[in-house]
Amino acid sequence: MSLTLYLPKDSAALALGADEVAAALTREASARGVALRLIRTGSRGMVWLEPLLEIERDGVRHGFGPLEVSDVTNLFENRFRHHPKALGPVEAIPFLARQTRLTFARCGVIDPLDLDAYRAHGGLRGLERARDMAPAEIVAEVTASGLRGRGGAGFPTGIKWKTVLEAEGPQKHIVCNADEGDSGTFADRMLMEGDPFCLIEGMAIAGLAVGASRGHVYCRSEYPHAIRTFGAALDVSRGAGLLGRGFDIELRVGAGSYVCGEETALLNSMEGKRGTVRAKPPLPAHKGFMGRPTVVNNVISLASVPVILAEGAEVYKSFGLGRSLGTVPLQIAGNVKHGGLFEAAFGMTIRELIEDVCGGTASGRPVKAVQIGGPLGAYFPVSLFDTPLGYEECDAAGGLIGHAGIVVFDDSADMGRMARFAMEFCAVESCGTCTPCRIGAVRGMETIDRILAGDPAAPAILADLCETMRDGSLCALGGFTPYPVESALRHFPEDFMARQEAAE
Amino acid sequence: MTREETPNALRAREIAAAHAGMDGPLLPVLHAVQHALGHIPRETLAPMAEELDLSLAEIHGVISFYPDFRTEPGGRRMLKLCRAEACQAMGAEALGDELRARLGVDWHGTTADGAVTLEPVYCLGLCACGPAALVDETPVARATPERLERLAREVTG
Ligand SMILES: Cc1cc2nc3c(=O)[nH]c(=O)nc-3n(C[C@H](O)[C@H](O)[C@H](O)COP(=O)(O)O)c2cc1C
Ligand code: SF4
Ligand code: FES
Repeated sequence: MSLTLYLPKDSAALALGADEVAAALTREASARGVALRLIRTGSRGMVWLEPLLEIERDGVRHGFGPLEVSDVTNLFENRFRHHPKALGPVEAIPFLARQTRLTFARCGVIDPLDLDAYRAHGGLRGLERARDMAPAEIVAEVTASGLRGRGGAGFPTGIKWKTVLEAEGPQKHIVCNADEGDSGTFADRMLMEGDPFCLIEGMAIAGLAVGASRGHVYCRSEYPHAIRTFGAALDVSRGAGLLGRGFDIELRVGAGSYVCGEETALLNSMEGKRGTVRAKPPLPAHKGFMGRPTVVNNVISLASVPVILAEGAEVYKSFGLGRSLGTVPLQIAGNVKHGGLFEAAFGMTIRELIEDVCGGTASGRPVKAVQIGGPLGAYFPVSLFDTPLGYEECDAAGGLIGHAGIVVFDDSADMGRMARFAMEFCAVESCGTCTPCRIGAVRGMETIDRILAGDPAAPAILADLCETMRDGSLCALGGFTPYPVESALRHFPEDFMARQEAAE
Repeated sequence: MTREETPNALRAREIAAAHAGMDGPLLPVLHAVQHALGHIPRETLAPMAEELDLSLAEIHGVISFYPDFRTEPGGRRMLKLCRAEACQAMGAEALGDELRARLGVDWHGTTADGAVTLEPVYCLGLCACGPAALVDETPVARATPERLERLAREVTG
């Protein structure tokens, strides 16, 4: 008897015991004389169900999870049918059924290093189409799709590419920003671990579009598994002739600095320098890596390009809301019952996502707030949960969508502490170039301490300080730290009351 | 260069020479040296500077900028505990306090027996199953102080 099973090797699945389950499956199969083919995939993104085992029956994948080693014998006994952990057809699980998976279509489905499986599931069609197009046509298609940068700033990708296409220079570069430093985000990691060829294909298309022969991926060092899987995918791609002829990609690894996610700091870091932010202009599009014309794009921006080329800009932009077109991989994290990655058209409200899709908090207590867009993003109280998730919509509500990480807090969260932490994070990670950021963040921590100690003069000082940071910072680390601080203060003033009083 | 060099310095020189053709080789070289030697001993700076045609001050400046690079040896295991917001929402702060008490070290410290170095990190991409940690390269979800201490003190092979 032979048996094919699918089990993720995504880091979140590993962190939840996937390798132990894999070993138990292998042991049990060999004890029973079953020839087991265990295909290790990426993750579907339903983190609360990991490790999520799948088996295909009549062309439909059925799931079991969250699995423990002790479940394995029973699974074999019941021939992978009835089982307390049986979830039925995986794609019918509401969390997955409600998604529009364009960028993450293959993630969790295939072996991430199986190029044939990649092709069989629609991969490489975008690149094949791009090969028959003129560079300006590719750029026009990406522009028409409405794709905006998923790294945070939301700049139109096609316009950035056009600048690089038109820039003069014998050597141009495609730099993929895989520094993913925002708390609550893991879309880049999941894609690199679960469907690395999709990023490679997107970068190859970008290379054709702007005339760049060299690509670089700068991945944070906190992602050892993504680094390993992506590195292996580069080797497979070279072996298959997908890379190496006319376009190649090298993988660089960061060294623990958050600010290196800022594109000019990233370029400095790649050049072997301290990761300090450069003044703009010149734009990276004109003078980027080694002073040459360079596209810098986030992983998800680049990984969304293959489907845009394969299906056409019209299809992609038929999803979304206003000027936020296409889909966005929302990442729901923190104190959440059903957390993970949810790819959907822009425009879903925070409430629908947190309450309906994700089932509220993990603790079962009421939701107090969500922080959207990482450590530089605002806190949204429940009263703002009708805000649709889009670039302009989040901005209008006093925040930003950023890289689309949404961190959930229950009513035990202390927003005074979270505001202080925002300043502390800025102080730790500041590159040191601007005084308002380097010194201001330390003053900010002290001032919040004074507010919490009941100093009546401190709130005005904090407001002043936030204004100085906003106006006097070269990049968003110093410039946007006031978002979490002031939103916490605005929406949760009771958490900034003097501590003794609060205890009374 | 034919003058006498320590084995560490020689190794760093070899690594640097092997990367010298790259655009911007310094970070890959520092990672490779740290990987090979466990840290970046001071005696490796001069040979790296020579091979890469950089000043000592430049290399020192880069090493001191990045949290990953260390010029002193760490413990046998590296325990990175996430302190960022999503993990805080799941109790990372109390976890950090208890773990530091159990290990008897502060952030960045190494236990007296040299078993573990504890480093704070800000997000490991495991934010939907926090609090999260990384013990060397092993990711840990829903971490507890007991489990982390056990993993960190497990004897390395
Ligand atoms: C402090 C700071 C950190 C950033 N971190 C990241 C990051 O980790 N990943 C990312 O893609 N963009 C990050 N960005 C945004 C980049 O500067 C840049 O806008 C982005 O890489 C451009 O790609 P996109 O247009 O595809 O979004 C950061 C910006 C700042 C100011
Ligand atoms: S705001 Fe902070 S991180 Fe950004 S350039 Fe200025 S000092 Fe550096
Ligand atoms: S916030 Fe802790 S892993 Fe992301």
